[in-house]
Amino acid sequence: MWTSFDTWIVVVGSLCAVACALPGCFLVLRKMSMMGDAISHAVLPGLAIAFYITGTRASIPMFLGAALAGLLTALFTQWIMRFGNVDRGAAMGIVFTTLFAIGLILIRQAADHVDLDPGCVLYGAIELTPLDTVSVGGFDIPRAALVNGIILLVNLLFLTLLYKEFKLSSFDPDLADTLGYSSGFLHYLLMTLVAVTTVAAFESVGSIIVIAMLIVPPATALLLTHDLLKMLIIAAAAAVLAAVTGHLGAIVVPGWFGFESTTTSGMIALASGLIFLLAWLFSPDQGIITRQFRRDLAPPVPLSEPDTGTS
Amino acid sequence: MHTESLSGQAVFPAKHTEPRPEHPPEVPLAIHDLTVAYQRKPVLWDIDLNIPEGKLVGIVGPNGAGKSTLIKACLDLIPRTSGWAHIYGVPYRKARHRVAYVPQRESVDWDFPVNALDVVAMGAYRRLGWFRRVNAAETKRAMEALEQVGIAHLAHRQISQLSGGQQQRVFLARALMQDADLYLMDEPFAAVDAATEQAIVDLLRRLSSEGKTCLVVHHDLATVTSYFDWIVLINMRIVAAGPTAETFTRDNLQKTYGGKLSLLEKAAEALRSTPR
Repeated sequence: MWTSFDTWIVVVGSLCAVACALPGCFLVLRKMSMMGDAISHAVLPGLAIAFYITGTRASIPMFLGAALAGLLTALFTQWIMRFGNVDRGAAMGIVFTTLFAIGLILIRQAADHVDLDPGCVLYGAIELTPLDTVSVGGFDIPRAALVNGIILLVNLLFLTLLYKEFKLSSFDPDLADTLGYSSGFLHYLLMTLVAVTTVAAFESVGSIIVIAMLIVPPATALLLTHDLLKMLIIAAAAAVLAAVTGHLGAIVVPGWFGFESTTTSGMIALASGLIFLLAWLFSPDQGIITRQFRRDLAPPVPLSEPDTGTS
Repeated sequence: MHTESLSGQAVFPAKHTEPRPEHPPEVPLAIHDLTVAYQRKPVLWDIDLNIPEGKLVGIVGPNGAGKSTLIKACLDLIPRTSGWAHIYGVPYRKARHRVAYVPQRESVDWDFPVNALDVVAMGAYRRLGWFRRVNAAETKRAMEALEQVGIAHLAHRQISQLSGGQQQRVFLARALMQDADLYLMDEPFAAVDAATEQAIVDLLRRLSSEGKTCLVVHHDLATVTSYFDWIVLINMRIVAAGPTAETFTRDNLQKTYGGKLSLLEKAAEALRSTPR
């Protein structure tokens, strides 16, 4: 009963999840996890306005509109933080709820004419993505796979080229500025990547699940490693694992309770959460159960070590 | 409480009327008419200061006196309301290669997933430029820098596993990597162990003996005379600046700390009289 449809759904989900997890790592490290949430909601008016202006759902105008809205979210947040003298969380709350509300109104206005329905925006329609195909080199592949694949490559390209720069500006933005790597520029570049990634993921998994994809795999990875490069790799692996088990779960689990299959994107988010839970419990050096286990078994380790300087 | 002290020879008051700098380019840091305000409240007011070359300079003043702000304003990290700061005769953006900055230890997240060597290698990033990765030669230099601060054996340890003193040493090693002429350090002695404090002092003296200039924000009045050749007393304005022997006087300290100093002194005396 596993069809090529299911394969494509898993592929789209995986591409989406990995594309989100990579910039998501830096959001988590910058303690800006909610920025992903804010941007994923706030791109909505950008999409709607792009649609109003061009009258199509073609990818390019949609991306431009969304990227612009994403950038504006980051900018407005920064401004409200500075001039309103409130913390980042509050500033984001003000900006993204307002933009999201505007986006919903715009979509409601447009809903009579087109297929841009709020339910689809919120939950996505990953199950339908294999129906909408494009031909690439003679193969019919789902448009969503192509779009998310391209976004994944774009993210990989930027994070590979600017790995050192993003590492520096995430760890110590002041030092980045004094060395001539504008932390402001890198911040907005990252926000643009997040915005574009969000839009690509939007259609497949919806705006609510995007936040799970942006944040949960990186948070999981952070429990498992103390190395940035390994964190990126583990986050990508956790993302793929969540996509695969999520879709399997969507088919199988509801059957146990006598229901029809459920939505894949919801199950992907749930799977991410369960993987995080496992990492939290069983991470080799940070897991709470592992630590408990080790405390019970291991002989007490002397705390002193042959260092100079201990404070 | 400020202007009269400006008449001291140490602060080069003669240049006030000049719109452009006329100091010789070998002055590591020249500040003129610098004012910085947060939310319209001035934090630094009318700072005029020339730091002489090759000296170990302490910046001393009470909490909120604007010591960190002074350093950050010189590095273009915060906007200046007026005035300028020149490094070897040019604005900071043209002199990045000659300056190393050691921020306060608490300014970064030490849970960040990098090891000590990674952080020290960041000192090479300006030399490397955009897109280029840390190469074997820079990694070797980073190891040497870690050796100079005595923690080469901790190179591959994740930074959250280091003690406060070790973290401070990592920051110093990173500054050494920058191979600068002027070192700006924000409270390197804050909350470090005695061994680290001594290691930092030794390092500062060595840099100074090599002709480098070090500007160090410092809190502990008890060690000022033994650590620094030159001091800047600051409390929103420059109270006094000059060689430590002439400048670190009771009178100047009184002006810098106001009423708070007597309290400090009483505490110090109380400590001294307590038998150990």
